[in-house]
Amino acid sequence: MSNEPIKLAAQHVDLWFGKKQVLKNINITFPKNIVTALIGPSGCGKSTLLRCFNRMHDLSPDAHIEGKFLLDEQDIYNQKISATEVRRRIGMVFQKANTFPKSIYENINYGLKINDVPKADRPGIVEQALKESYLWDEVKDNLDMPATRLSGGQQQRLCIARTVALRPEVILMDEPCSALDPLSTAKIEELIVELKKDYTILIVTHNMQQAQRIADKTVFMYLGEIIESGNTKSIFTDPQEELTTNYVKGHFG
Amino acid sequence: MQLAQREQIDKVARLLFRTTGLLVIAILGGIFLMLLWNTVAFFLKVKPMDFITGTQWNPSGSQVSYGILPLLVSTILVTFGAMVIAIPLSLGTAAFLSEYAGKTLKNILKPVIEMLAAIPSVAIGFLGIVVLGPGIAHLTGQSNGLNALNGAILLSVMALPTIITVAEDAINGVPSSYKEASYSVGASKWQTLIKVTIPAAAPGILAAIMLGVGRAIGETMTVLMATGNASAFPKGFFHSVRTITATIAIEMGEVPYQTTHYYALFAIAAVLFLITLAVNLIGEHFVNKYRKYQEA
Repeated sequence: MSNEPIKLAAQHVDLWFGKKQVLKNINITFPKNIVTALIGPSGCGKSTLLRCFNRMHDLSPDAHIEGKFLLDEQDIYNQKISATEVRRRIGMVFQKANTFPKSIYENINYGLKINDVPKADRPGIVEQALKESYLWDEVKDNLDMPATRLSGGQQQRLCIARTVALRPEVILMDEPCSALDPLSTAKIEELIVELKKDYTILIVTHNMQQAQRIADKTVFMYLGEIIESGNTKSIFTDPQEELTTNYVKGHFG
Repeated sequence: MQLAQREQIDKVARLLFRTTGLLVIAILGGIFLMLLWNTVAFFLKVKPMDFITGTQWNPSGSQVSYGILPLLVSTILVTFGAMVIAIPLSLGTAAFLSEYAGKTLKNILKPVIEMLAAIPSVAIGFLGIVVLGPGIAHLTGQSNGLNALNGAILLSVMALPTIITVAEDAINGVPSSYKEASYSVGASKWQTLIKVTIPAAAPGILAAIMLGVGRAIGETMTVLMATGNASAFPKGFFHSVRTITATIAIEMGEVPYQTTHYYALFAIAAVLFLITLAVNLIGEHFVNKYRKYQEA
């Protein structure tokens, strides 16, 4: 799999919130059409790193970033590219399903409107996105229903549908299953494996079984640094670092 | 023995607080009953239909008539004008404060806006007479600028702090997850504000507007000073008008007690009371709805 081309990369990245350094000298590449899991104990900076890739830290004034983030070798913090373009090409699914207080249809349609998708194409894209996130059969008769009435798992799949509707190149997922029951989690994991064919996926997870089930590559972070990264199987069965061994065996975290 | 003393203090305190609490209710009830009593006395002398549909408020002329319409229309005209000015201004300010302003600017602006509420209404009315009035007169070529527009502008200034403060709380209260969702599909700050944040804050914003309306309708001194107080039927923003509040303030001092005129002033006060009550209830309803939504 290392012969897959590099889709996304971080080079010499340091990040501070105020005076507190949260990320230290991060160097990492993410191959195309691969699921990479970011694991590590709470506060190790994995979500922070994830949010760098779609410039979510632009919204917090006390965040200060140094280093480079490359999407297809293009610097996404360069003046030539806008945050809105970056976020359209690198979609994100959040920890807690954050559907808009609008109808199911509008939740997906919103992103299409924002990105000037021709009106005539929208219903088809909405349907396609719902099908791709395995939600269509459950909601096709109730597209006008408020999205907030869906179950937690359905809402999270709607958020994924909202993201894939825009045909991003990369999908970032920040613990997408942490608030879900095992059945909904299984559905989303199945979906992630399916999405891998078309998208490069980065997923932050606390669940080490989940990382082993769905991720091709795994990155272990600790206190703002990348300790070890590699094939998921080798990280979990034959880690090179003692910290990694202790973490994946559940000695701390 | 000391214990007994503490118990005693407790008992006295409880009694004291209960009394003050009940007193507030008693005062409110008393005012309401007094309004009602005198209004009933008025309607024993004047037919309710004449009061509601009469187009003349002329309690002291040769042809006495007690039509509330000109006063009501004046009040609505001035309040409406004030809201047309105040609503866009305050929503813009509120949105700027919560979404765009930096910390330093926000820390300066918020107290300044709140200070606006501390200016006595008589001072604002004074500005209406000496600054705004001549200005309007100059622009429109009239002999004086004491008219509905003048009152509306002044009232809008007075309603600003109320609307801004409540609306800003509402916009601030929108969960950041909504905004993140919007940004994550590539929306700009402006698109997020217009299409996600403001619709989500709508109940709170409506409450803010209702409180502003309540503030404007009940205001007396400013409109009394700035609107000219002509008792003729109001013809528009550039004409002198006379609101319900101003009418009561002007005439109550001169009217002989227990006359029809005296009762009439209570009747229009009762109408004003009902309007502000309705506006406040609607505002309160939206505030509660907004709270529920925030907890969810």
